[in-house]
Amino acid sequence: MAEVTLEDVKKVYGEDVVAVQDMNLDIEDGEFIVFVGPSGCGKSTALRMIAGLEDISSGKVFIGDVVVNDLPPRDRDIAMVFQNYALYPHMNVRENMGFALKLRKMDKGEIDRRVNEAAKVLSIEHFLDRKPKALSGGQRQRVALGRAIVREPKAFLMDEPLSNLDAKLRVQMRTEIGKLHNRIGVTTIYVTHDQTEAMTMADRIVVLKDGIVQQVDSPQKMYENPNNVFVAGFIGSPAMNFLKARLERENGGYVMVVGGTRIPLSREAAGQSEERRGSDIGEYVDKDLVLGIRPEHIEDANVEEAAALGEANQASTIEVEPQVIESMGSEKYVYFETSRDQAVRLDSVAELTGQEPGDGGSAESSSGDMMVARVSAASQAKRGEKMRMVLDASKVRLFDPETELAIL
Amino acid sequence: MASATASGSGSKGNFNMVLFYVFLIGFVLVSLFPLLWVFKMSIVTRSDLFQSPVTTLVAPPIADSYNTIFANPDFRRALLNSTIIAGITTIICLFFGAIAAYAIARLRFRLKSVVMTTILAISFFPAVAIIAPLFLLFSKVGLINTYWSVIITDVVFALPLTIWILVSFFKELPKDLEEAARVDGATTIQAFRKVIVPLAAPGVFTTAILTFIFAWNEFLFAATFLFDASTQPVTVAIPNFATVYTVDYGAQAAASVVVTIPLVILVLIFQRRIVSGLTAGAVKG
Repeated sequence: MAEVTLEDVKKVYGEDVVAVQDMNLDIEDGEFIVFVGPSGCGKSTALRMIAGLEDISSGKVFIGDVVVNDLPPRDRDIAMVFQNYALYPHMNVRENMGFALKLRKMDKGEIDRRVNEAAKVLSIEHFLDRKPKALSGGQRQRVALGRAIVREPKAFLMDEPLSNLDAKLRVQMRTEIGKLHNRIGVTTIYVTHDQTEAMTMADRIVVLKDGIVQQVDSPQKMYENPNNVFVAGFIGSPAMNFLKARLERENGGYVMVVGGTRIPLSREAAGQSEERRGSDIGEYVDKDLVLGIRPEHIEDANVEEAAALGEANQASTIEVEPQVIESMGSEKYVYFETSRDQAVRLDSVAELTGQEPGDGGSAESSSGDMMVARVSAASQAKRGEKMRMVLDASKVRLFDPETELAIL
Repeated sequence: MASATASGSGSKGNFNMVLFYVFLIGFVLVSLFPLLWVFKMSIVTRSDLFQSPVTTLVAPPIADSYNTIFANPDFRRALLNSTIIAGITTIICLFFGAIAAYAIARLRFRLKSVVMTTILAISFFPAVAIIAPLFLLFSKVGLINTYWSVIITDVVFALPLTIWILVSFFKELPKDLEEAARVDGATTIQAFRKVIVPLAAPGVFTTAILTFIFAWNEFLFAATFLFDASTQPVTVAIPNFATVYTVDYGAQAAASVVVTIPLVILVLIFQRRIVSGLTAGAVKG
């Protein structure tokens, strides 16, 4: 077990294709850290540089106190789980798991002991003598994990280990990997493109985009205080809604104006914002800003749950016309359109939703954006029937449309 | 053809099946006919050989021709020579071919396609065009009339093919397996030996057979560089069953059959090893 440290780590392919840009990260001993981001963001490259499967263009990688830049993978004492399992097809499960130990000329009895123990932990004792091709996807995944565990390495590296499994198995294995980590407590670096996996498993999440680290934080902090529009839109499902807003002064305080709705900004929130950024929030007055609000912070004004919210936020209601209503049983997702002048066009938001940025002439841009609210199951919302929604003003985020950085 | 006229949705499929087998049998008969005819020649008496009109099959078959060739010590020696030449050629080709192919398949380097084309270009040379210079060269260095003169030329012509087949085979193997082995603590050579080679076995065997057949059947170089029975392979020895006055066609036919048998046996043995899907289960399949 060891801490892993990245110091200005950079990866450049060819002359000028930058895959990872000056990455700095201190991973504590025993920490479960998740690299997450859309495809091509450099998360796998970063992992492979730690593993030694990819050269480091500049910067340093430490495992423990040792700079491992020039060490081959076999001398780094790390174990890796691959997306497609990468089990050796000509060896049975026992040989697969014992391969690394055998290469180190470990005593046969000790190899057997470790393999049996790991097999027990993963409940794969029954097929130790089978070849990988005789196993199901989930079983292969367990064997791949087992192969990592028996090593008792300084760190586990996992490269999208669950993405080849079906949805149900994925959820199950997610919990199991979590349990496994609690049990053996080895530093784990886990790469995924799935923000749900990141949220549920990580001690800390590292969000990457275009090779640049966007934010490093615990799942909860990242969810509540995203650094920028990209992180705000990427973390959380359904994604955060974005609207065009203006900041105005009112009665010595501030209000956020969205269309005809005026959402008061609490003194406390304004203070926090100033503290965080080190400058007065007043500089944004009368400027176009981007307002972000998560679906669960929009509630049907007619249900009980909204009452308390409504009391405090009389003014922060908006009228909407639901277009799609999805009932989840425990709650309902209500999709509605924002008016055209409230829609935001941000490159990183477009990227997340899979639209081309600056997609001027398309039908999409003739109307507003789709927004979603996660309302109580008791809501009587009907498609096409106008209704009022309450916004939880205390949960609203604000972003600078130029820099896309969080103001609030 | 009854099935072809049968009613139901399967009739068209059945008709296609029949057509397929008719074609298949026809094709096999045409391509195997010379071999069958040679076999027939080897088991009839000398007088039957020259009968007109030709007889199709006469009973009883006789083994005279086979007795003749196996009684000949030069022929027995030639079989051994062929085995040695083809065997050593195959081993050398596989060893260097596998290493070169692995490097080409895995390493990123400039002008890779140029290297591949150059390798292939070696086998473009018409053998007759270089045989005279080679003869002089081998004479100078004293390799003429030794196994090595033929083994070296065979390797030169077989290696490009070996490399090309193996490159495409190594490319098929998932790179992750090799990386897994390296993370597991293997050196590059260990990863190659313990993971890549066992997985590439079907490809390696296929290549081995092709190389062996090539070297076994080679005639031109062997006939040019080797002068006496102590080194000549069977391909050169077969025409020797002739004198100034007569040609022993029966013996030549028998020798041809005997020469073919090792190849058939070889393919049958290794066919079991050429199982596709050996890599099944390595990665998500």
